Amino acid sequence: MAKFQSLKEAVSDNLKDGDTVAFEGFTHLIPHAAAHEAIRQNRKGLTLVRMTPDVVYDQMIGMGMVDKIIFSYAGNPGVGLLRRMRDAVENKWPKALEIEEHSHAAMANAYEAGAAGLPCAVFRGYKGAGLKDVNNNIREVTCPFTGEKLAAVPSVRPDVTFIHAQKANKRGDILIEGIIGVQKEAVLAAKRAVVTVEEVVDDFDDVHVNACILPRWAVTSVCVVPGGAHPSYAHGYYTRDNAAYVEWDKIASDRGLFQEWMQKNVLTVDETVFEKRISTLKGAA
Amino acid sequence: MEIDFTTDEMMTIAAARALGNDDICFVGIGAPSAACNVARLTHAPDITLIYESGTIGTAPDILPLSIGDGELCDTAVTTVSVPEMFRYWLQGGRVTVGFLGAAQLDRFGNINTTVIGDYNAPSIRLPGGGGAPEIASSCGEIFITMKQTLRGMVEVVDFFTSFGHGSGGTDRADLGIITKGPTLLITDLAVWRPDPKTKEFIVRSLHPGVTRDHVQDTCGWPVKFADDLGVTDIPTELELTTLRDLKARTEAAHAVEVA
Repeated sequence: MAKFQSLKEAVSDNLKDGDTVAFEGFTHLIPHAAAHEAIRQNRKGLTLVRMTPDVVYDQMIGMGMVDKIIFSYAGNPGVGLLRRMRDAVENKWPKALEIEEHSHAAMANAYEAGAAGLPCAVFRGYKGAGLKDVNNNIREVTCPFTGEKLAAVPSVRPDVTFIHAQKANKRGDILIEGIIGVQKEAVLAAKRAVVTVEEVVDDFDDVHVNACILPRWAVTSVCVVPGGAHPSYAHGYYTRDNAAYVEWDKIASDRGLFQEWMQKNVLTVDETVFEKRISTLKGAA
Repeated sequence: MEIDFTTDEMMTIAAARALGNDDICFVGIGAPSAACNVARLTHAPDITLIYESGTIGTAPDILPLSIGDGELCDTAVTTVSVPEMFRYWLQGGRVTVGFLGAAQLDRFGNINTTVIGDYNAPSIRLPGGGGAPEIASSCGEIFITMKQTLRGMVEVVDFFTSFGHGSGGTDRADLGIITKGPTLLITDLAVWRPDPKTKEFIVRSLHPGVTRDHVQDTCGWPVKFADDLGVTDIPTELELTTLRDLKARTEAAHAVEVA
């Protein structure tokens, strides 16, 4: 049952060293504030899962918190590559990074299988693709009815999933709007789920009957963190801070610059900075 | 009247022309996105554009910077979850054209966006395939657009991120893939289509002012030209104005956002 907590408490209670953890968001609603709290609490030995690891995974990898990453597209959307992740893969800095690489279709299916309580996902994919030669978790099954050969990957079952959403109501139910990505599946696939939200409203009585709502009993912890997706965006609240993504490319290109930036903008602040960061981005999509 | 245009503009416009009003198109970010939206704003107003973030039938007024910009959702017929996107709509066989870019491409339309060098010790770790491996196998056919460079158009791709025609011939069918695969390549210099038998990309038309040497000098394999090699039609005023307005709106919008 969802418990309203401070972000500090929620991360401390739910994320342990060595956990497999997903901070999900597909360009939209990326839980930056939650990931920054995990960085401040200096969690180690994590296996990070995400379809589209971007800036915030670059930061966690650069801070040496990550042993392994399971992903399908690692880039800075609209800008380029992830330079801290590249440094880890190419030069083992600050430490070696194990990678388990999939396609989007595989990851989406794997989350869905996790949410459905299945051990693996079956789909038509990876035909002719090189990933199945370098990833032992991409295998083949034969349809018992038609004989068709299909791809199989293990389901994703994180110890804990973090997502950001627009609203919680007072009971702790969660409303996600806009590009909903794979967040519902990521929450339902996980043992524990922490949701940061823009705001808490009385009820969802005026919400469309088919809206994407996670009932409070499917969520472990709810934290109110306005701006918590920045520099990603929250549909209906603030736009994407494209300049921050461009700036990250420069910051991440240099180890020293990166460490300085993390010190100043993550390690010595708390989640209240996020509301200030979105103050000039409000009023649009 | 002489109209001035850049090679980039010619590439985008030539790519836009390949799309039809009835197409259901899975759009890659970057050059494909511009081409798909120019098609929608000129000769194909009813084309369905799909981005992998789950936005179906989107009609953005400005070009998105990422596949998940809010503009795509705001203007879409519907926005579905990413698992639904890949399972029902892509794997379900409902997409007629996949439009992809490439970091590395070979003559058989195999695409690499994963690594340069060895996978386990890469000299450059690229972002990876994202949706491309299954876009390449599940869409009815694949159009590819990229700028020509010796680094980009290579003899053999370092990694098979997305399977095109393999080593050519019937490789694709032999793997049990029933879709057509790459049927069109539009670069900044030329329009290419695969040979019906060997599946090797052949230059069908040169963009205005481009020579065979230009094409060969920026391509890492020995280029074959069609016997009836043509010249790509120059951009019309409508096509150019549409593309330039779209780019200007995009730049203005992003400048406001970051101001």
